[in-house]
Amino acid sequence: MAGIAGAFTNLDVLDLLSTGDTAAHRLDPRAKLVTVLLFIVSVVSFDRYEISGLLPYFFFPAVMIPLAGIPPRYLLGKCLALLPLALLIGAFNPLFDRQPLVFLGPVALSGGMVSFLSILIRFSLTVLAAFILVAVTGFTGVCLALERFRVPRVFCVQLMLLYRYIFVLSGEASRMARAREMRSRGPKGTGIRVFGSLVGHLLLRTWDRAQRVHMAMLSRGFTGEFHIRRPLKFTAQDAAFTFGWCSLFLLFRLVDLPRLAGSLLTGVLP
Amino acid sequence: MHMADALISPAVGGAMWAVSAATVAWCSKKVKEDLDERKVPLMGVLGAFVFAAMMINFTIPGTGSSGHLGGGLLLAVLLGPHAAFLVIASILVVQALFFADGGLLALGCNIFNLGFFPAFFAYPLIYKPIAGKKATATRLTLGAVLAAVAGLQLGAFSVVLETTLSGITALPFTTFVLLMQPIHLAIGLVEGVVTASVVSFVWKANPQILEGRFAGASPGSVQLKHVALALLLAALLTGGFVSWFASSNPDGLEWATERTAGTSELAGTDALHSLMAQIQEKTAFLPDYSFASPAPGASGESGRLGTTVSGIAGGLITLALAFLTGLVLKKRLPGRG
Amino acid sequence: MSHHIVEVQGLEHVYPDGTTGIQGISLKVVHGESVAIIGPNGAGKSTLLLHLNGYLAPTSGSVRIGEVPLTRETLPEIRRTVGVIFQDPDDQLFMPTVYDDVAFGPANLGLPRDEIDRRVNEALSLMGIASLKDKPPYRLSAGEKRRAAIAAVLSNLPDILVMDEPTTGLDPFGRRQLMGILRGFTHTKIIATHDLDLVADLCERTIVLHGGSVAADGPTFEIFRNGALLEECHLEKPFSMQGCPVCSPRSGAGGQRV
Repeated sequence: MAGIAGAFTNLDVLDLLSTGDTAAHRLDPRAKLVTVLLFIVSVVSFDRYEISGLLPYFFFPAVMIPLAGIPPRYLLGKCLALLPLALLIGAFNPLFDRQPLVFLGPVALSGGMVSFLSILIRFSLTVLAAFILVAVTGFTGVCLALERFRVPRVFCVQLMLLYRYIFVLSGEASRMARAREMRSRGPKGTGIRVFGSLVGHLLLRTWDRAQRVHMAMLSRGFTGEFHIRRPLKFTAQDAAFTFGWCSLFLLFRLVDLPRLAGSLLTGVLP
Repeated sequence: MHMADALISPAVGGAMWAVSAATVAWCSKKVKEDLDERKVPLMGVLGAFVFAAMMINFTIPGTGSSGHLGGGLLLAVLLGPHAAFLVIASILVVQALFFADGGLLALGCNIFNLGFFPAFFAYPLIYKPIAGKKATATRLTLGAVLAAVAGLQLGAFSVVLETTLSGITALPFTTFVLLMQPIHLAIGLVEGVVTASVVSFVWKANPQILEGRFAGASPGSVQLKHVALALLLAALLTGGFVSWFASSNPDGLEWATERTAGTSELAGTDALHSLMAQIQEKTAFLPDYSFASPAPGASGESGRLGTTVSGIAGGLITLALAFLTGLVLKKRLPGRG
Repeated sequence: MSHHIVEVQGLEHVYPDGTTGIQGISLKVVHGESVAIIGPNGAGKSTLLLHLNGYLAPTSGSVRIGEVPLTRETLPEIRRTVGVIFQDPDDQLFMPTVYDDVAFGPANLGLPRDEIDRRVNEALSLMGIASLKDKPPYRLSAGEKRRAAIAAVLSNLPDILVMDEPTTGLDPFGRRQLMGILRGFTHTKIIATHDLDLVADLCERTIVLHGGSVAADGPTFEIFRNGALLEECHLEKPFSMQGCPVCSPRSGAGGQRV
């Protein structure tokens, strides 16, 4: 995690995107959660040398990104920023799997190269899907859906409170880090001892804050139970969305559409 | 050491989801039984604290590079195992959704690797006995370092196991182990020292926090046999899932190559095919390499070439279509982007 | 309603580390009164406030809200009667949206959904923030946060409002707006603050705390005229009572002319 500050900006941007009001945003969070999970499962269920079969799955982001009014450039930038990570996790395959698998005329592609490419495609698809999910559902929406799916209430409340206070505490931490930087020579060079007392201070303040939050909860009649359930309506539209995409994913999984299209075009396959 | 969706199989991902979901459910029940509603805001705010603490970097001694706090062990020390596990899990959910740090399917693996070991192994079985009831600065540090190292070693090893079982990476098991364990030894040492420095600061400033109405006295005492039982369960579940999937597919590699090459259903008798085959025989890098394919036949290679060409053409068409769809939709919809 | 009376008698609080927060505080606030609690930092203002809805238990002495003595059994009832608005709205707005937060109290009372809805909308429009109800708290300005936090307390329909530094962090416009809203409330109000102009504007009575006990208790106007007392308690006259250097240049900074 190189750019933590960048990650926070990202959290902020995604959070703002999730406040949009498009057809995609208005869908029931449960529909979106199920669809995205199925998307990911079917993408990763291909074997490691699959390439062509994965490509139709790009239709999902291609439809959802404009539908939800997500700036494509932003998502593209995010995926590019994650590219080094994807390269890193895939880079071992060409090194270890040198068995030729595919021949492009004179060029033999090793199994490792093919699976490397496959990993890159999987990576972009799964990452895109997760970003699309939060951008159209919002974190609270995901929590509400989880609560309806019988995830323990304690955990849902934990997710909500965590998310709420990330915004408060990250502000506090960056002010502390800035104050330290201004009194030292540059951003680098916090020793572990200084770090311990910086973070320790932050922890003590956090502890006090938790007590004050608890006080505020108690003074409004908190007895240990959170009432987070909100009326959700699973409409015909939601059903159509979920069912439509899921059957498409199933079709993509069972039939290698690009290969079929290619053979029609080149006339190679019988 | 967050695992990504791109490297895991549904069998491993699903099994670890089941394990982590069960652990989350069990911990939620424990925390609820605890009847200490002070913990509710504390857990939430401390989770956010770990995020915030990640924004403050420190210099790793002797290297000049900078690191940040992981936080798993620290949470366990502050909150006790059950609550800490929930907090770590919630942090990983946010990271998976917003930072693409680990994927949604890999979430089960990540929660287990990064949550289970610090909360239910490193803290109760290593840190607590060493730091003891009457902590001293040395004991705190020693306990934290050993616990962090042990927790991360186990976590890293389980990353290796899960990844290898998934079979997407080609990295051999032993190489992977030799790569992961030493790296995480270093990370564990740093994490331990950093955790110790924060814990000893708090211990000096406000020992009440550590003397644990929260961490210590709760019914959170964890026994070795429970940990062993949970690990066994995870192993059985994963093993069961993987072998079930494996048996429903023909053996991994063969099946895969067969599919990619498509040899079994091909009979490339085209003139084009034989021409291509001839060209290829003359120019291929490895002319006498015979492909590991169960379907015999001379037309195998040319068939492969044919399918490759059509696969590429079809793939390009598919991508172009997807892109066009997106473009058209963007034009049509009153998007805000 | 007798509920509106706050009575504190011989209140003393010693913190676990041995420091004394407050000692020997006795006071009575009656129906509809608007009372300011002022005093230097560390005088015990917050400690006193935290006793009024039972977050802190007195080491000795007693608190009564109306006819009800504050005990473990009466806590829920007292917390419904006494609404506390904390200093940092971020501590108070812990739910995902403003609506959820304002609904938190009524939902804890187990009210039916439409009644919760009615109360929330009423509180929000009273504070003039109905349009913000779907916003998450971290997207609000300081002034909006403050108003949301007050709405979250109002939805419980308390009889007594206890406020800790309600105007800190607000710009002059936001502060003025908030004071306008507070003036319209008929609740019994107890306000701990350093904002002495707010005191002069809103509170007819002022209690001065110093070193954990009551140094003075009386009409605001009289308290502010007692220069010796103010000086002893590290306080200054509100600007509105200091001579204006422009219109009366000879009055000087001390404001002796008032």
